[in-house]
Amino acid sequence: MALKIMVTVKRVEDPESKIRVKPDGSGIVTDGVNYKMNPFDEIGVEEGLRLKEAHGGEVLVVSIGGEKSATEIRAALAMGADRGVLVRHDGPLDPVVVSNILAKVYELEKPDLVLLGKQSIDDDQNQAGQYLAARLGLPQGTFASKTESLESEAEQKKVPGLKLSSDGKRLVVVREIDGGVETIDLSLPAVVTVDLRLNKPRFASLPGIMKAKKKELKELQAAALGADLTPRVVVKLLASPPARKGGLKVADVEELWKKLHEEAKVV
Amino acid sequence: MSNVLIIAEAFKGQVRRASLHALGAGQQLAKRTGGALHVVLLGKGIGEAGKSLSTFGATVHVADAEALAAPLAEAHAPVVVELARAIGATWLGAAATAYGKDLTPRAAALLDAAMATEVIAFTGEGAAVLFRRPMWAGNVLADVELTTAVKAFTIRPTEFAAAAAGAAGEVKAAAVNVPTLKSRYVSFTEVKSERPELTEARVVVAGGRGTKGDFKPLEALADALSGAMGASRAAVDAGWAPNDWQVGQTGKVVAPDLYVAAGISGAIQHVAGMKGSKVIVAINKDPEAPIFQIADYGLVGDLFKILPELVAKVKANH
Ligand SMILES: Cc1cc2nc3c(=O)[nH]c(=O)nc-3n(C[C@H](O)[C@H](O)[C@H](O)COP(=O)(O)OP(=O)(O)OC[C@H]3O[C@@H](n4cnc5c(N)ncnc54)[C@H](O)[C@@H]3O)c2cc1C
Ligand SMILES: Nc1ncnc2c1ncn2[C@@H]1O[C@H](COP(=O)(O)O)[C@@H](O)[C@H]1O
Repeated sequence: MALKIMVTVKRVEDPESKIRVKPDGSGIVTDGVNYKMNPFDEIGVEEGLRLKEAHGGEVLVVSIGGEKSATEIRAALAMGADRGVLVRHDGPLDPVVVSNILAKVYELEKPDLVLLGKQSIDDDQNQAGQYLAARLGLPQGTFASKTESLESEAEQKKVPGLKLSSDGKRLVVVREIDGGVETIDLSLPAVVTVDLRLNKPRFASLPGIMKAKKKELKELQAAALGADLTPRVVVKLLASPPARKGGLKVADVEELWKKLHEEAKVV
Repeated sequence: MSNVLIIAEAFKGQVRRASLHALGAGQQLAKRTGGALHVVLLGKGIGEAGKSLSTFGATVHVADAEALAAPLAEAHAPVVVELARAIGATWLGAAATAYGKDLTPRAAALLDAAMATEVIAFTGEGAAVLFRRPMWAGNVLADVELTTAVKAFTIRPTEFAAAAAGAAGEVKAAAVNVPTLKSRYVSFTEVKSERPELTEARVVVAGGRGTKGDFKPLEALADALSGAMGASRAAVDAGWAPNDWQVGQTGKVVAPDLYVAAGISGAIQHVAGMKGSKVIVAINKDPEAPIFQIADYGLVGDLFKILPELVAKVKANH
């Protein structure tokens, strides 16, 4: 049962970069900041590739953003995805707008499965997948995870964490939720958002990077898709969180105990 | 009328503590905007849990039905949406638990509402409410405006006080119309623990890669202090600690009286989940580890030597 899988990738600030707020609170300082694929989306790409390797099919990568987002699509193509769609939109993006646009791409492509990250590490909203599923009237499996460790044998063998039924019509999703592990089963087409613990994404190989240059990367204009692009989540002001006063060192357990017991009175 | 609807959550027939914090946020919002407060609880066999919500000055809507027995967003969202429309809710909120984060955006989309996730405070003036929320793993706090008629949010339970007792609220049955579902609930395996719930515990002892997989000295301290266990992502990924111990941007957000970080370097993504703790203790053999910058008390050294000494100290004093 071949699967057509659509994976979304967002260009975000590298989680290793230091993020600072501009003095006037209008945005973040972008000087010296590196950009890369949202880490959750790398997991989505990896899972898409594993499903394709196990069942056959196609992995289509979609990104919405400026011209530079092509870099993240190329990165996914270098990992092994088949083709890319860049939806050009230079205006502000929020999960409402993103899901409006993705719904249009879905209608054009009609994939069996849409894989999104659980959250973008810039806006940390954790919404786009749920909004998309609601708009399309599709079932959703959020925060897909797996219970095996990332050091396990199944992981070494790149076994997909998402399990396709033998008739290829349903997908089993394991979700780590409060208090335990839940298993649900979705009829395809479906929307799944992936958590960090679903898999360990592969690195692109040199031949992979070479091949990626020749793969199809189509550009669409968001405005031409007929999606509502009006931002609904408007960031008014950014600020740095209050700094925590720390830094005191104690010499030994004796002193630590005294501080905790007599000064802070927490034990 | 700008009414407030809070989605509460039942787990094993009881309302989760986190929902009471969401209800606390709902009380703030209702007071500020002059709207009425409503709360909805969905599930099966939740009548008693529903009644327990009737003392917070909110009208309680109980959606008790077989079709809602499993917490599937696909089933729960349409019920929330129908109720939100029926009571004229312009604010839809829940706690930022796994259930809240799964369900609220789905319901919000069906209501054409925009949403703010993990809200830590309501700011702005009067009825023009802004939502303060962390972005970039807590490196930044943003004040966000939602421009839709209905506005949805999840709140971070550690940042809002639990609901205050209020007038007795009426308990009503909510209409339950669930369409044919495309998702099916298969199973739930509870992770049972004798220790307190991580997000509610007064003491949390967390370990990272520095434990090299041996959490026993940490568990001994947690048990001596009746605390919960936590872990960094590195420890969880390695399979040394269950996923629901993970603290941070992608794990749980905790704010105990005492947080002990042992063998954890203090990456921003970890700190995002614990910097609200009252007192932070760091035990790390690297004096340059970033965790020391935010720790109230740092002790440089080998956790395998320090923790047993600390446990002995606790036991001698209890
Ligand atoms: C998108 C994204 C989301 C993330 N979300 C999270 C999250 O939710 N939570 C999280 O924790 N991380 C998260 N991370 C990972 C995070 O960036 C760090 O990689 C992780 O927190 C490191 O874990 P650690 O401190 O245990 O390991 P390390 O950084 O390897 O630190 C181990 C520490 O142990 C010390 N040590 C070693 N031996 C001993 C000893 N015997 N005694 C005392 N100290 C010792 C070392 O000096 C070192 O400081 C995320 C990363 C990304 C990119
Ligand atoms: N501009 C974008 N382009 C492509 N995918 C996106 C974009 N914004 C969000 N997404 C997807 O939606 C997921 C959740 O994002 P969010 O709801 O913003 O936290 C991300 O992990 C991406 O997979």
